[in-house]
Amino acid sequence: MVLALVEHEGGAVADTSLETATLAREIAAQEDESLEAIGFGTVSGETADRLGEYGVDTVHGVAHEGLTDYAPVAWAKSVRELVDAREPSAVVAPGTDRGNETIAHLAAIADLPLAANVVDVDAGDSYEVTRHRWGGSLREYAEIDADPNLLAIAPHEVAAAPAAEVGAATLESHAPDLDESDRLVRVERREEADTEGVALDQARVVVGGGRGVGSAEGFDKLEELADLLDGAVGSSRAAVNEGWRPHDDQIGQTGTKIAPELYVATGISGAVQHWVGCKSSENVLAINTDPEAAIIGKADYAVIADLHDVVPEINRTIREKHR
Amino acid sequence: MNTLACIKRVPETGAKIVLTDDNRSIDTTSLGFTISPHEECAVEESVRLAEETGGAATVLTLGSPEADEQLRTGIAMGADEAIHLETDGEEWGPRATATAIADEIEAVDETFDLLFLGNESADQVNHQVGVRVAHKLGLPVVTGIKNVERDGDTIVAEREDAGGSEIYELPTPAVLTVREGLNSPRYPSMRSKMQARQAEVTASTAERSDANDVTTIELETPESDDSPAEILGESAEAAEDVVSVFEELEVI
Repeated sequence: MVLALVEHEGGAVADTSLETATLAREIAAQEDESLEAIGFGTVSGETADRLGEYGVDTVHGVAHEGLTDYAPVAWAKSVRELVDAREPSAVVAPGTDRGNETIAHLAAIADLPLAANVVDVDAGDSYEVTRHRWGGSLREYAEIDADPNLLAIAPHEVAAAPAAEVGAATLESHAPDLDESDRLVRVERREEADTEGVALDQARVVVGGGRGVGSAEGFDKLEELADLLDGAVGSSRAAVNEGWRPHDDQIGQTGTKIAPELYVATGISGAVQHWVGCKSSENVLAINTDPEAAIIGKADYAVIADLHDVVPEINRTIREKHR
Repeated sequence: MNTLACIKRVPETGAKIVLTDDNRSIDTTSLGFTISPHEECAVEESVRLAEETGGAATVLTLGSPEADEQLRTGIAMGADEAIHLETDGEEWGPRATATAIADEIEAVDETFDLLFLGNESADQVNHQVGVRVAHKLGLPVVTGIKNVERDGDTIVAEREDAGGSEIYELPTPAVLTVREGLNSPRYPSMRSKMQARQAEVTASTAERSDANDVTTIELETPESDDSPAEILGESAEAAEDVVSVFEELEVI
């Protein structure tokens, strides 16, 4: 059996968990084993049905009154109980904050190796995993040989695909034996972001600005374009280092990784550290004065001109055509 | 409050990565080095907290003798003490790294109230050393934090999530793994850099545990799948075509 850790909310399974389930199903197929999943909180029939579409046979819903709030050690211990009971050959988690954290706790508690940022697996007696390093600018082929093999999947690097044969997933309740110390670290409360508009990592359209924007005020026209496209504004590390944008806007290796339908990169040269944060974009339009800029070679569409001339004209054209 | 920041010597962000002939590691012969970006913020936060509370800040690294350079950068940024667990420069896996760090922390005759690590190193990106160190020391840990404040003896740590942030409260001592953006790391002055050259670094040879870890078989630089972009124009007159592309892509 292969066990996938899934995150869900309001009946919807997170995209990163569907990607995780997809790779976990491939591992299970290579091992000629079944795929099971573990989710926390109230796992609905709708969630189980969705996971069934991705080849999951059984969904273990972790039910515990102390787990209404996320608590990483409690999550990890719950997974470990299930690992002891079901003896999976692999545990596969999404490489999200919670996924990475939970499986790292599991690895530490069980004293097992963990391969993070995995994008492919060749399962045999041991697993040969392909994983990303340097934010994806380097690929590593590595071996992991443990019982079970613990893997965290790089977000947005594996395409989520439903199973060829769809079956219904059985929903089972898993009541872990936890004590208060397992919940010492937990989410005490949430705070909503005070920024308006769409979150950068959720946006369908992202308008990014780099050193070529030239100033904090220069981003005003990018904000306007993002508004017109119902999108979000992002930036390169250079613009953050200049103090023009907050770090929360940074796209790249040490910032946010985006996967929008359209990324409009303006005044950004496209260094590899930025590119690894935006390469999952479906379409990239680059606006840059330098025809030799790396981003031009990577983009689908390009305008070789000064963003300060082009972007206001784009904004004006959109307003005229779509008023 | 006494703090510790664990740092790693890594090639500079933006460096062109070339592999060694055996494709097992990065050819570092012509590279500049720095502190991993998240960990630069770990040092800054560690120094700030120690300064605010009248405590001492320590930097620790596990790495080649050349990593002394990054420890001295940490001192120039305000750290009071430096510990170097020297290796022969071979890459260590996260299990062996965490074991050596935790063993050293237990061995040092000092209590650290807060331990800062990067959420993940820039090069290996393993997302686990901080959690493993915390478990070995029996300490609470929160990963990936973007803000930290003290409320008496309680540490309030904040992590971003979709549309907002999660707030955690921890007793000390505790471990925090931090993300770039937590603060703006200071640039050391020339004077502090000169002083850091003379500072004492506690160095010892790190013993590598033989824990089963993920083993590198080969590294590869992915081939670029660059194909020429469709050039829509070379002046503001391209705006019409840009908007047509937006319409084709159904984003407006």
